[in-house]
Amino acid sequence: MNMVQRATEALNRTLPDRAVDPLSTARRVVGQAVSRLDGPSKVTGGATFTADIDQPGLAYASMVPSRVASGRIRHIDVTRAANAPGVIDVITHHNAPAMDTPVLMTLTAKGCAFTDVAPLQDDVVRWNGQAVAVVVAESQECADSAARLVDVVYDAAPARTSFRGLLSEAVFPADVLGEPSEVSRGDVEDTLSQAAFVVDEVYTTPPHHHMAIELHATMAQWSPGDKLHVWDSTQALGRTRHSIAHAVGVPEENVTVTCRAVGGGFGNKTVWDHQLLCVAAARVTGRPVRLVLRRQDVFRMTGGRAPTWQRVALGAAPDGHLQALVHDSVTGIVHENSPEQVSVPARHLYASDTYRIGQKKVVLDVVPNASMRAPGDSVGSFALESAIDELAGHLGIDPIELRSRNEPAVDPTEGTRFSKRHLMEAYRRGAERFGWPDRNRVPGARRDGRWLVGHGTASAFYPYIRMPGGKARIRITADGHAVVTAAANDMGMGTETVQVQHAAERLGLPLDRVSFEFGDSTLPDSPIAAGSAQTASLVITVAQAAEELKKVLLRRAPRHSALHGLKPADVVFRDGGLYRVSDPAQGVSFETLVGEVRHVDAVGSSPMLPLEFMKYSMHGYGAHFCEVRVDATTGETRVSRWVACIDAGRIINPKTAASQIRGAVIMGIGSALMEEGLVDSRAGRTVTASAADYHMPVHADVCDIDVSFLDIPDPLTPMGVHGVGEIGIVGVAAAIANAVHNATGVRVRDLPITLDKIIDGGAAR
Amino acid sequence: MREFSYAKAVDPEEAVRLAGTGARYLGGGTNLVDLMREEIETPTALIDVSGLAQGITETPGGGIEIGAATSNTAVAAHPRVRHDYPMLARAIVSGASGQLRNMATVGGNLLQRTRCAYFYDEAARCNKRSPVSGCDAREGFHRAHAVLGVSEQCIATHPSDMCVALVALDAQVDILGPAGARAVPLEQLHREPGDTPHLETVLAPAELITAVRLPQATVAANSTYRKVRDRASYAFALVSVAAALRVEDGTVSEVRIALGGVASRPWRAHLAERELLGAPATAESFRRAAETEFRAARPSRDNAFKVSLAPRVVADVLEGLIR
Repeated sequence: MNMVQRATEALNRTLPDRAVDPLSTARRVVGQAVSRLDGPSKVTGGATFTADIDQPGLAYASMVPSRVASGRIRHIDVTRAANAPGVIDVITHHNAPAMDTPVLMTLTAKGCAFTDVAPLQDDVVRWNGQAVAVVVAESQECADSAARLVDVVYDAAPARTSFRGLLSEAVFPADVLGEPSEVSRGDVEDTLSQAAFVVDEVYTTPPHHHMAIELHATMAQWSPGDKLHVWDSTQALGRTRHSIAHAVGVPEENVTVTCRAVGGGFGNKTVWDHQLLCVAAARVTGRPVRLVLRRQDVFRMTGGRAPTWQRVALGAAPDGHLQALVHDSVTGIVHENSPEQVSVPARHLYASDTYRIGQKKVVLDVVPNASMRAPGDSVGSFALESAIDELAGHLGIDPIELRSRNEPAVDPTEGTRFSKRHLMEAYRRGAERFGWPDRNRVPGARRDGRWLVGHGTASAFYPYIRMPGGKARIRITADGHAVVTAAANDMGMGTETVQVQHAAERLGLPLDRVSFEFGDSTLPDSPIAAGSAQTASLVITVAQAAEELKKVLLRRAPRHSALHGLKPADVVFRDGGLYRVSDPAQGVSFETLVGEVRHVDAVGSSPMLPLEFMKYSMHGYGAHFCEVRVDATTGETRVSRWVACIDAGRIINPKTAASQIRGAVIMGIGSALMEEGLVDSRAGRTVTASAADYHMPVHADVCDIDVSFLDIPDPLTPMGVHGVGEIGIVGVAAAIANAVHNATGVRVRDLPITLDKIIDGGAAR
Repeated sequence: MREFSYAKAVDPEEAVRLAGTGARYLGGGTNLVDLMREEIETPTALIDVSGLAQGITETPGGGIEIGAATSNTAVAAHPRVRHDYPMLARAIVSGASGQLRNMATVGGNLLQRTRCAYFYDEAARCNKRSPVSGCDAREGFHRAHAVLGVSEQCIATHPSDMCVALVALDAQVDILGPAGARAVPLEQLHREPGDTPHLETVLAPAELITAVRLPQATVAANSTYRKVRDRASYAFALVSVAAALRVEDGTVSEVRIALGGVASRPWRAHLAERELLGAPATAESFRRAAETEFRAARPSRDNAFKVSLAPRVVADVLEGLIR
């Protein structure tokens, strides 16, 4: 942490907290299980995704991926491709338009990329699968086929592609997302060596891929005056616009980015080479161009989750009191902006007399890794929460009781107060729903026919994040409807639905008199949908717009009306109008206030930098419980029951929020049991580059997932909310590993937990 | 774009007549079209045979004949198959997805190609895709690969579930070619890779599979199929077992065992069968017999677990057939 950051934090601690949002406890619309407004269009095929959009004169692009991980292009011959039927042009580093370096993704800057090298600007190959040419043709089939005819001769150079082989070269990054790369207190190794009970194990996790069902798609069209319109499946409308404008060297106001629907993002629908190449192809050909990644391109041209190596060592007294906590870790990354922050959960979950928690990096010559659902926390918790379970086993203490005995009074590494922390309440309620007292208590002891049955639990955890910046507009129309407008992003998680709910509650309107317009950069700018932060970030902005709207409407109050001369603090939105606080019977309807004009607008801006999480320890928590069944003969593992109880602040919509948690649990089941990105270190090439080779759960792998929320508002957040997109995956893999151990007596510390590892562990007969 | 001609054959004779050099027969297209998209298969002509013999008929000897264009779904759902050859119905429904099984034909299933990731990746070396180019799977990732019937040149697994049951049922394959009609046992349809892994079957150019015949087999009424895989559905087998069993006075009097997921072709476990005939019908002898089958196994780094897993599964399946 640098001095400026330290000074800011010190100053920030002296600032007063924001007032509690009065809507934190409102229940008229917020808190109701409203079905997704976009549901019908999504399931009937009515929704328009990027690849569905057509333009007159559309041309189609296909990228040529490299076949070496490192080196130079000695020779590239496009003759055969250029002469193939239907081909319009072939773009290589010889004729690509000049492009500036993409700006890397960080929390505060406007960058949106995970690679900081613009495509086709030189002859250098940086990873296996990187685009070395783009073919533009009259049809997708012509483009794809001609792309195979681009002849490339490489001078391959030695490449760093084996994460496990390079572990000994790990070094500390400068920081981990602004936090020190390692934090420590006391002599942890000495304490560990003297502890009565010790767990000291290594846990490893492989590369993971996001596997959104929608393939990345972009369409670009230039028009006179250097104007550029880009349709893109992105989760960061504004940042995508900024990144593209910056790369191609046109003013940001010349660029429009449109995105109404995204078929899954999970942190990977950001700026990669393909958007820039699509824009370049449109520039070179003078045609509107569509570029849709093939599934194998998604694996090789966009990044996934970094591989990790983690040592967790715990030392405890016989009563379970933690005396030493070591979490030493290494992640295989490309840029420090995406460090796979596995050391984060250990910084906040347990009180320990001594600790050393940190992470090193190994830089690899692979497609740059990106943020993937709960980056770091997801796989970091696998190691930490497995180790806690192992310790509980050694101690003979219920793992929930062990956690309870090590609950910190303040944030264990930062010393800050918790804005809210109800982890043990989540365990209490989750245990009740699951029937934890009836669990199998002796590993390998419970059998149901051919199945060994086991139970496991682990903590969910995710930081509270609110993105800085952003604006929103509220328009009240003459017929008393509200239209809330913000650029925003909906990757399928229910953004539109919860924002309509929020605005309806805020403005005192029924749901059917509110709509939400989003998905275009010409609308008021919104932050990226990432870090599970979009709801909080939009809510605070819309709330601000609502305050502005009061001012605008009060100025329009007729001279003889009940509102004349009042200040914003004197009025509330209710029943389709503005009413006096002091006399709830006195008010004026929106229709009257709007009067003769067609509509009245008010714009609000995000009120201040999100400094609250520097002053307080602000995190979501939760408890996962699961039952697994392991085939006694084959080691096949099936998850048969799941209970997740989540402490993520106020829940705006229990239906969409539960869907988020459910989806995250399913993704976690995948990471636990089957997901494994395999990089062949000889060529640095991802071998598992299809949905057939990269397994993720199918319906038959997923049981009923019981999701409940504590629904306790955080007093420091807009409307009391926390994010619900990512927290649900954190702890899932550990809960399953713990349950597999409980079922079989075999502890698998290397994900995924496949049947061969269980057999090798000696479980099956 | 690679252009190809398309013609729909009205009968097998026409199909064979149309099939010139570079032609491929098209059934449901569930594998061939994928391979064409990747340009691993580059036919110049497609002869659509999906409209040819569909349906299941009784044969004089008490068996059944399945038209080559019959969908996998129709075979699995047929009462005769479910009653007399349950292992076949179960093998089919354990494969792919409902949608794919609706499209996929019996003839196509017999000729589906391996799912080795290196076979699918044009940047990789693969003796099957590009003869004598080398095999990247051998020193690469090969957890799903074969341990039986492999060679230095190829360790790819035959991916079919249906064929495993068919080989256990002594299926015969009817073939029509330019030189006329012939029949071969399914067990002899697929070749082991040897030095020529690109030659996968004994079919000559333009030969068309017209039907699969199953002889009557009383033992098959007590049969099943067990597929072990990395997820509950929609994954290829790590190990699969088709087995039928008859026990008299605690002794094995008749047994059929075939294996999938472990071999370069649908693998009839003759060694294990021979060992079991007349042996006590116990878990111990089942397992020992199955282990005999794997004495010739040539496992690699990632797939060695199959050598111990498969005999366990065989024993488990046979035990289940006693009850």
